[in-house]
Amino acid sequence: MATQERAAAIVGIHEWPKRLDPGVSALQIKAQSIGHALEDAGLSWKDVDGLYDAGEGEGGGGLGLAPYLGIKPKVIDTTSVGGTSYEFHAAHAMRDIAAGRCNVAVLSYGSKAASQRIPIGTGGPRAGGSWQSNMENPYGTTLIANYAMVAHRHMHEYGTTTEQLAEISVATRAHAMRNPQAVQAMQDLNFADIREITIDDVVQSRMLADPLHLLECCMVSDGGGAIVIASKDVVKGTKKPPVWLIGSGEATAYKTNSNDITTSAGAQSAPVAFGQAGVKPSEIDIAMIYDSFTITVAVMLEDLGFCKKGEVGEYIKGGRLRWDNPDGPALNTDGGGLSSNHPGMRGIFLLLESARQLRGESTSQVEGAKLAVAHGNGGLLGATHCGGTVIMAAD
Amino acid sequence: MSNRLQPILPEHDTQEFWDGAKAGELRYQTCDACKGVVFTPRSHCTECGSTKLTTRASKGLGTVYTYSVVRQNRSPAFADLGAYAVAYVDLDEGFRMLTGIVGVGDPTKEVKIGMRVQVEFEPQDSGEYPVPVFRPA
Repeated sequence: MATQERAAAIVGIHEWPKRLDPGVSALQIKAQSIGHALEDAGLSWKDVDGLYDAGEGEGGGGLGLAPYLGIKPKVIDTTSVGGTSYEFHAAHAMRDIAAGRCNVAVLSYGSKAASQRIPIGTGGPRAGGSWQSNMENPYGTTLIANYAMVAHRHMHEYGTTTEQLAEISVATRAHAMRNPQAVQAMQDLNFADIREITIDDVVQSRMLADPLHLLECCMVSDGGGAIVIASKDVVKGTKKPPVWLIGSGEATAYKTNSNDITTSAGAQSAPVAFGQAGVKPSEIDIAMIYDSFTITVAVMLEDLGFCKKGEVGEYIKGGRLRWDNPDGPALNTDGGGLSSNHPGMRGIFLLLESARQLRGESTSQVEGAKLAVAHGNGGLLGATHCGGTVIMAAD
Repeated sequence: MSNRLQPILPEHDTQEFWDGAKAGELRYQTCDACKGVVFTPRSHCTECGSTKLTTRASKGLGTVYTYSVVRQNRSPAFADLGAYAVAYVDLDEGFRMLTGIVGVGDPTKEVKIGMRVQVEFEPQDSGEYPVPVFRPA
């Protein structure tokens, strides 16, 4: 820990409170969230000199967002790697700030996926006519089916069961029930039965793509948020305790003729991030891991090094991932994509809840939380995807 | 007959594969330089970057590496299929292909990882290109 570089920190955060919000645009969610996050930090619009954006929504990106916001940043990074774009952005902001290229970076997200009724998991094919779509679209592989194929192979190789994977749904729902915004989300999105769930509830829920059940799949919501990352000099004047960015890694993985589908890009990005941070997975208090589906978390717990490949079923049993289980780590303490929000690209929420935990502001606060990891997944697990790992430390 | 989505052609990488399907051939590529197997089709070898590739016809025999049974797909192209199996099949020549598994009664019970399968070219109402799928060998 002594040699860790602390050059950049999250100093301002905002999560859009509503998960069904027909009254705003995605860009309005982004702009207003940036305003709230700057206010949270005690900084102003004029202080922003770094803009990181995935180009999602209605005209964001390098040409769209700066003029919409009305800022003239010195660094513009439009890395777009699906749901983990925000871990990549945080990694790049950390690097750019350490190099002195900018001092106050903002990243933002806005989506109307629920209002616009976008069927993310069960929807139609890729846009046609590419080297990929021509080989995929005739087969009707839904987004969920890609993840389901990973789950089947994991079960085949390691004997993993639905009952074991269900621990992930059960823990995140327990956390969601403690988060008023998540409870409101489930009400607004017409969840049938808003309560804590059991392993049996998950097993008995409707199958969407074998072997994944409804309660193993994330919701589709509206939402968004913003994060302000600042240099250590700026940090001295901000309002809230800084959350230091101490390590990052990024990687991609894709189908080859012989790859192990149960190993994600996280196996490459995580060791780099932990190495830079100088910490071990066993020291992590908070694991914010992209829960698009149960299997996503299961594979990534292994790839991040919390347990060995194939052993996640045993590792997570008995409620280990709950916020109040001292064995830890606490998983997705905001309720996750499974039970709080998933507007399509969840990566920013992994950073937001990590920051809340390390400031002591979570609705499922882990006492004395010092270290968090955010690991995002963009694209399709089992097919082409990117993994971004960010490790954060309390002040 | 089936109503699966058709490939959108012409497209530089995949045209030859679909011409093969029309001719009843499951085509893949090998690299003249490093002998690597290239799939899905491209104009370069993904192992060494060479552009000297040879297109070959597979015997169409392989093993299911993994699969899922899709119970819900909002795309109308798949509405007639009911619950249908998608899979990665490892072909004996050394390439892995995303495909569908047909010719089983109940795909939720009768498709297994490790099962041997054989290609068939399924004609489509949706267009001129038959789609290579697999059935138990």
